[in-house]
Amino acid sequence: MVSTMNAPVLDLVPILPELILALGAMALLMYGVFTGDRSARTVTVGAIVLLVAAAVTVMLIGGTPRSAFNGSFLLDGFARFMKVLAFLGAAVALVLSQDFLRRERIEKFEFPILILLSATGMGVLISAGDLIALYMGLELMSLALYVIASIHRDNAKSTEAGLKYFVLGALSSGMLLYGCSLIYGFTGTVQLAGIAAALKTGPISLGLVFGLVFLIAGMAFKVSAVPFHMWTPDVYEGAPSPVTAFFAAAPKVAAIAIFARVLVTGFPAATQQWQQIVVFVSVGSMLLGAFAAIGQTNIKRLMAYSSIGHMGFALVGLAAGTAAGVQGVAAYIAIYMIMTLGTFACIIAMRRGDEAVETIDDLAGLSRTNPLMAAALAALLFSLAGIPPLAGFFAKWYVFSAAIEAQLYTLAVIGVLSSVVGCYYYLRIVKLMYFDEPAPAFSPVRIELKTVLVASALFNTLFVIYPAPLVAAAAAAARALF
Amino acid sequence: MSNAPILSIITFLPLLGAALILLVRGDDEAAKRNIRMIALFATLVTFGLSLIPVWLFNPATAEFQFVERAAWLGGVISYRMGVDGISLPLVILTTFLMPFCILASWVSIEKRVKEYMIAFLVLETLMIGVFCALDIVLFYLFFEAGLIPMFLIIGIWGGKRRVYAAYKFFLYTLLGSVLMLLAIMAMIFAAGTSDIAELIKTGPQIFSRDMQFWLWLAFFASFAVKMPMWPVHTWLPDAHVEAPTAGSVILAGVLLKMGGYGFLRFSLPMFPEASAFFAPFVFTLSVIAIIYTSLVALMQEDIKKLIAYSSVAHMGFVTMGIFAGNAEGIQGAVFQMISHGIVSGALFLCVGVVYDRMHTREIAAYGGLVNRMPIYAVIFMVFTMANVGLPGTSGFVGEFLTLMGTFKSSTIAAFLATTGVILSAGYALWLYRQVVWGELTKPSLKAIADVDRRELTILVPLVVLTIFFGVYPRPILATSEVAVNALVESYKQANGAARTAAAVPPR
Repeated sequence: MVSTMNAPVLDLVPILPELILALGAMALLMYGVFTGDRSARTVTVGAIVLLVAAAVTVMLIGGTPRSAFNGSFLLDGFARFMKVLAFLGAAVALVLSQDFLRRERIEKFEFPILILLSATGMGVLISAGDLIALYMGLELMSLALYVIASIHRDNAKSTEAGLKYFVLGALSSGMLLYGCSLIYGFTGTVQLAGIAAALKTGPISLGLVFGLVFLIAGMAFKVSAVPFHMWTPDVYEGAPSPVTAFFAAAPKVAAIAIFARVLVTGFPAATQQWQQIVVFVSVGSMLLGAFAAIGQTNIKRLMAYSSIGHMGFALVGLAAGTAAGVQGVAAYIAIYMIMTLGTFACIIAMRRGDEAVETIDDLAGLSRTNPLMAAALAALLFSLAGIPPLAGFFAKWYVFSAAIEAQLYTLAVIGVLSSVVGCYYYLRIVKLMYFDEPAPAFSPVRIELKTVLVASALFNTLFVIYPAPLVAAAAAAARALF
Repeated sequence: MSNAPILSIITFLPLLGAALILLVRGDDEAAKRNIRMIALFATLVTFGLSLIPVWLFNPATAEFQFVERAAWLGGVISYRMGVDGISLPLVILTTFLMPFCILASWVSIEKRVKEYMIAFLVLETLMIGVFCALDIVLFYLFFEAGLIPMFLIIGIWGGKRRVYAAYKFFLYTLLGSVLMLLAIMAMIFAAGTSDIAELIKTGPQIFSRDMQFWLWLAFFASFAVKMPMWPVHTWLPDAHVEAPTAGSVILAGVLLKMGGYGFLRFSLPMFPEASAFFAPFVFTLSVIAIIYTSLVALMQEDIKKLIAYSSVAHMGFVTMGIFAGNAEGIQGAVFQMISHGIVSGALFLCVGVVYDRMHTREIAAYGGLVNRMPIYAVIFMVFTMANVGLPGTSGFVGEFLTLMGTFKSSTIAAFLATTGVILSAGYALWLYRQVVWGELTKPSLKAIADVDRRELTILVPLVVLTIFFGVYPRPILATSEVAVNALVESYKQANGAARTAAAVPPR
């Protein structure tokens, strides 16, 4: 029993999941280097196993909050919830990627390893107890993502996506660092708990608010919230589909988790200040996500705008700044991740002959050429639109009721109205699949894609029957921050 | 028997039918036949079971009956079901109309029968759920989820402009409902409960006058669109015209009633002061709806569109009766909802009969049908008369009671609304004359056949009920009486209390 020991020199148990990922990644890297590109499949399987093992480890490590490295690294209920999500999301993205990458002849053993490293970064990021750990985790995650975005290096679009992501990402990292240094300068500490304590004693200085703004800008970039969303459509469209699936799932979880943790545990005394910013960012994202997606013809670009909008909805919960709000954020991001992975399983399965197709019109008449795929995608789209009784409705329910509770009425009204606008483009896809004449059928769908798609659709439809576990888990996660 | 969750069984039985249909393989005639049979069987059994609550129902109490409770979302929100004298008739209306919808689609739906029947059965579950739900979140869930199957029904099996109509229906209704969603959140937060029975009892005290106004407006946004009330009715003619026959029947017969039910279940008992305050506003909209849409109906060239506009006018009587806030008005509104459900459903079925033969809904394409279709002419006449509100048909009772209730509360509104009765006679009789009377001159109509046995099976029970309830409205009125009286009592009390409270100067 580690916890009963008297002051261990270095308690490594909290970082066990990250250790598994990091050491595993290195081992797989050695294996890959020595066996060459034909090892890709083995490495992928190994990476999936490692990710699942890490998620299981997170769940197994006991209930009490733990910390390591003098509070730089926290493993509390919140971190546990988000880590399980991020690791499993990354694992599912890997499952989706294998066949696609092989067919596109870009199957490299580096890909799963980069995902593992990125997941390690996410783990550190989610658990960050101070600004240094935050930056470390963020950069580890992001550097791997930049490379993954341009994994299809002979493709101009993919390389462009990677470069664009890198340049803008570096800029945002710079802003984040600048914000961190300002905050350090005005509070004298980088520990989130220390910052919170320092803020309690005196009035909030202007310099600190500046630092906070820069910090939020950096994090908003990672969750792709307006006005730091510009990279999203291009990167989503340019990167190979499974990479996009990964981008839309796991890193979003990690980024929104640290967003919530930093603001709620680091700056509770400055809630008034950051609430305004989060409300602005959230409103902007919801409106842009709703309106800009209407004109899109490429389904990956459409999903990019959809994800911007969804991040706006998730931030509604954070704007409330209450435990109910954070519970909403946690539930939202979990449901969002499952919906997104299912939708991307469908997008990855859109192949004709040997070619991947990605315009919306390619889905025309899908209900007749592939009824199962159409029904599952329709369920996911209605869920993304937030129509009851699907899971997406409950996600919105929790964030909006938190906003109402915090008396953010205008935010809630703008939010629900933009969700109606957003409905239009989800309906357009349903209309194409169900009302229109069929386009040529897709090639047969691989079993792993079908499994992910159907599992995700079933989760979304059946969530209404037994919602308690996820809701309770999200509530427990939120309690850890308050 | 009292322990069996009878309402849940009724609600989810159609879903079971849908699941069975899902298991049917193949796309040949035998499979289609099996699918239709399963759907019919499921709706018939549901109707049969829904008679059990009628049998066991105690009309002497205003309390909710057959109450069920189960844990669901955690916190205060749980799964609660129950009916009272206001919701029970609407449940029966739903289960009663469904088998007719399935029968009406027997031959006219040829493509994608499986999806069609599944959509209808899912829709039935959701409609029954709306009327049975006793938790406000559960209510919203059923209320809103109905959009999905209806969207598909209009969009896949509808007419030429089906896509436009489907979108319009979906987005219009959703836009109204999301504001109600926020109001529901605010109510749960303020009252600490999502139990409808609890909210009816304590709501008027908990929600301040100001809050009631906002909540009332948010609920109004949703229910007014659903009803639909002028000027947010424009989705209805499009949806009606483009939907397949059975879709129109359900739309007119049941979906529109959700708005009226919502007013009765939420607006009036939970926000009585706001309801009293906004009553003149509702009267104004209702009177405009009655007169304006009746005039619009006079100008229609499409049979379904004419009936759609007449639905808007008839719903105007319902909203007027509800916000009259007295027993006559509300009883009349309940009765009018049931009666309109039967009559307008039957009218759409009548249109479906000729549409299946001629594939046009243009009034000008018909004329002189009585020469070839005498039985059809008689049946159509009964429903036309009921639509007009002729004494002896069910249409009369509802219109008369709502007008009487309104007269007590606002004489001028009642006076103006009565002109609507005359106008309705104008368009309904004109339609009947154009379609049925006259010489049969059009060559395309020369070979038209009279109603066959299937169609007769559908229409005759509706004729019987229309006349039965016109002559003997007691069964419906007796069921709803106590519940309505309790509602009126608490409504008057809340407004009386508010007035005395306002009269007493603050200490």
